Amino acid sequence: MTVLASRRPPAPRPGRRRGPTGLDRARRREAAALVMPSLLPILVLSVAPLLMGVLLAFTDAELVRRPDYQFVGIDNFTRLMGNSFFWDSFRIGMTWAISVTLLQLIAALGLAQLLNSGLRLQSLTRVLALIPWAMPPVVVAIMWKMIYSPNAGPLNAFLGSLGLPDDINWLADFSTALPAVIVVGVWVGMPQTTVTLLAGLQQIPAELHEAAAIDGAGAWRRFTAVTLPSLRPIITSITSLNFIWNFNSFSLVYVLTEGGPGGRTMLPMLFTYLEAFKNRNIGYAAAMGVVLVVVVVLLLAVYLRSQFRDDRFETKRKEG
Amino acid sequence: MRVFAQQLVRPAQYVALAGYIVFLGFPLLWLISASVKSSAELNSLVVNLLPQEWHWANYSEALARQGLVSSAGNSALVALASTALVILIALPASYVLARLKGAIRVAGVGWILVSQVFPVILIILPLFLILRTIGLTDSLVGLTLVHTTYTMPFALWMLQGYVAAIPVDLEEAGAMDGGNRLVVLRRIVFPLLAPGVVATAMFSFVSSWNEFFFALVLLQSPENYTLPITLSTFIGGEGKVALGPLAAGSVLAAIPSIVFFSIMQKKLTGGLMAGAVKG
Repeated sequence: MTVLASRRPPAPRPGRRRGPTGLDRARRREAAALVMPSLLPILVLSVAPLLMGVLLAFTDAELVRRPDYQFVGIDNFTRLMGNSFFWDSFRIGMTWAISVTLLQLIAALGLAQLLNSGLRLQSLTRVLALIPWAMPPVVVAIMWKMIYSPNAGPLNAFLGSLGLPDDINWLADFSTALPAVIVVGVWVGMPQTTVTLLAGLQQIPAELHEAAAIDGAGAWRRFTAVTLPSLRPIITSITSLNFIWNFNSFSLVYVLTEGGPGGRTMLPMLFTYLEAFKNRNIGYAAAMGVVLVVVVVLLLAVYLRSQFRDDRFETKRKEG
Repeated sequence: MRVFAQQLVRPAQYVALAGYIVFLGFPLLWLISASVKSSAELNSLVVNLLPQEWHWANYSEALARQGLVSSAGNSALVALASTALVILIALPASYVLARLKGAIRVAGVGWILVSQVFPVILIILPLFLILRTIGLTDSLVGLTLVHTTYTMPFALWMLQGYVAAIPVDLEEAGAMDGGNRLVVLRRIVFPLLAPGVVATAMFSFVSSWNEFFFALVLLQSPENYTLPITLSTFIGGEGKVALGPLAAGSVLAAIPSIVFFSIMQKKLTGGLMAGAVKG
């Protein structure tokens, strides 16, 4: 799509040699007239609230009827540094987001490869792969609660039929709750990653694989030497997006466990939600939100930079 | 040795594929199966995928259940209204974003990306305060505005991708033939953009229909509940719940989005990744 737009010949730049013609000036006025009314609602409805959210982090706003509050500088943030519950929840959020993103990527890479290798049943799998993506998070949570149900759940029944312990209360046990919700997270996000990677796989020219095969490369070598490098930009962008979405996710785990048992699945979004609407400290909760955004942005910046640096390094190596 | 290994590849691939099919498909199959089982069977310790007797009554029970149909109506209302608002606002703005060069475009695209990183909590806190001062917290109008705010960046992103795919030459040809900008927009751009608008509208309908967090924060009175909230109250603290009707209601709630995604599967990823990968 963008290729089309950028391939058109560069417009002549009359400003360089002659002054702007009357036509240009009229065009620019026209553009300005289009910009204001179309961007104004976006400024009001979308940009302003987000900025206000950041500003709230520097106030002592509370969820009470009296709406006046004051700026308190960085008080919220210094308080937050010592709040060990918040940092516990932060660690859980990192464990959740990193494991789900990684497992999604691995599972999706495998499935995308299978869907790209001319097997039967492909169309069935493609349809199936859409379903988790399409379902409302609340329905997904209800569904998996039934799967994990300790008494009449199919998972325990299956384990029982294999002679394994069949009385595990997956979502209420301290040791299994987080892994159990991570599996659901992978289930939800895997399809989208698969479809994206599959689109990337189909763009790799077949000649590359053929050439590698002629050179005697086995399947694994072809995967690491041809497939992975070609998919790299797509993998980078989809893992970044997945990481953001997973770190910010709320509904799924809220309905599955409400952060329990004993806070074992208390993702940062659940924690800030409770701070804002149960403890009624809006300013403090906004500060938590800001800290989370900053951390996520920093992590992404580091990740993206390392990816781009590797890219440059590889091009140099190829040239040299 | 090598030939032997190659003969094993296909079967291994099918085994792996079967594993994926079970992992992806079984939970939904189980939900559907639960939706046609009687409650006696659901609570028994005998676990079977196929019901002993088909208990369709769950569906009528779910529909008769207090609140389910009316909250589905609320969901539809909010989803339709916020979709209309999103398209109305994003359509002209996306055109501008896609066609302009320079600072405004950079700022616009940058903001779209940043807003994707923003956690929902930072969106809802200021909106909650604003909506409270104008008395719209426990109201569908308020929820509609919040959904509009929430879906806007991504809708804008999708739409501007579709605009960028329309060759500028076409517009210039239209302008040569003497059309002013509005005529060009109406005669050339909007017809070509129609599929993109449909896709974006469906996307924003489904995000609103599925949305849980904002509705949870804003809506207090049960008559205002949207479908996800009502469903979640069924499994809440009231102890034993009727699993059959709950499963039936869940199946019904998932239908609009499943229809949407099956129609849209290719376009959605195209719109999503076009800018991210090549841009």
